[in-house]
Amino acid sequence: MAQHGNSETEVEEASAWGGKVSPFKVSYGKLMMWFFLVSDALTFGGLLVAYGFTRHAFTGNWPIGEEVFRKIPFTEADLPLLYVALMTFILIISSVTMVLAVEAGHRMDRKGVTKWMFATIIGGFFFLGSQAWEWSHFIHGSELGRVQLEDGSLAYVRGEAGKIQKFEITKAGAHHKLGDVITEGLAHKYEHAVAAGRVSKDGSITFHDGAVAKVTKEADKIESLLIRQSGSKNHKVGEKIEGAEAGRYYEEAVTSGKSNRVVFGANLQQNEYGPQQYAQFFFFITGFHGFHVFTGVLVNIIVFFGVIRGLYHKRGHYEMVEKAGLYWHFVDLVWVFVFTFFYLV
Amino acid sequence: MERDDIIEYSLYNHHDENAGKAIRKKIYFVTLLLTAITVIEVIIGAFVKQSFHYWELVQWGFIIMTLVKASYIVLIFMHLGDENKSLKKMILVPYFVFIIYLIFICIVEALAVHSTWLNY
Repeated sequence: MAQHGNSETEVEEASAWGGKVSPFKVSYGKLMMWFFLVSDALTFGGLLVAYGFTRHAFTGNWPIGEEVFRKIPFTEADLPLLYVALMTFILIISSVTMVLAVEAGHRMDRKGVTKWMFATIIGGFFFLGSQAWEWSHFIHGSELGRVQLEDGSLAYVRGEAGKIQKFEITKAGAHHKLGDVITEGLAHKYEHAVAAGRVSKDGSITFHDGAVAKVTKEADKIESLLIRQSGSKNHKVGEKIEGAEAGRYYEEAVTSGKSNRVVFGANLQQNEYGPQQYAQFFFFITGFHGFHVFTGVLVNIIVFFGVIRGLYHKRGHYEMVEKAGLYWHFVDLVWVFVFTFFYLV
Repeated sequence: MERDDIIEYSLYNHHDENAGKAIRKKIYFVTLLLTAITVIEVIIGAFVKQSFHYWELVQWGFIIMTLVKASYIVLIFMHLGDENKSLKKMILVPYFVFIIYLIFICIVEALAVHSTWLNY
């Protein structure tokens, strides 16, 4: 208790509320920051409880992070949760550099405050960048998507998508001439055709304008299908279909001619990873948290310039760093809960 | 006009180099602890599937580890542990009263909705 220099943290009870002193022994600004944080914590608490409500009320199978978040930028490796763990670590470390800045401020060490504030801002940017990648990956989805079997069962697909070399137009449309060869944006266009059910039995695809193209493509290597939602008695949740049978099921869905038999990624209308509400809550809660991080970085930058200008040094105390720090730690605190309820539990 | 009856609370937290060393030691300890808990969480999260029969136990483990992490962040990083008693109470008591009630009522309602979906 005594570590903060003021050995008496308590105010005499008889005179505490009689005016002139603060019963809480903190300045106005810090007290108001705490009030704000309590109300903001209730907001986040409310959002997470709403998520919990939806999840407990839902009767199907809800995905967990290990099943959804498995990729790392710049690699093809399949490593569950590792990237989110890294994001969490970045945020914890930037929280540590912030608390070190506050400590340096208590010693009136201007150089120390400058150094640690700078590190905190860098950490904040790294986190924001990571979250942008995470969202982008979540929206674009996996290479093979999620498949709906003939009986309505939904399954995750594990495997490798075959490389596409080119499209050759065999029937002209409004935007495509006969004999045109397309070599750019192939994977994206092909995914689009698969999701829309525009792949025919011989493997050729139809574009929106009616043009038909012959596809030169290696075969998809489907390793397994994992049943997530049962559509009939034939498939149970958790069942794993492997080998050639998995490939046949996938092929059937791709060439069925019906849209949304294969779904790629998540948005507000459809979700590859699980129930639709899962995506909605993911976007809202991690988005709202990301907005807080963004605000926190802005506040930190403003305070950082104050530190450089010597504004707080002249004032005789670095309490502004402490107040910005409270907000920054709060952002980390919220992430600890978001991490648990979105990625672990 | 300068007023002499205003107490400058902002100066209360100042400390010297020696006290600073002790505080930094504590900060590094908490850093290690938070990192260690996160690593444990991720390892369990990556290898335990929700189809395992002890999954519910693991979920409770995650929630307890989260609360431990949260209390270290609030009490040490946000220095709430060093503030005076009335401030601590004023922040924590109303929050826990509301949030525990909210969690309780929403989970009860959600389970009722869940069984309604299943049975009707």
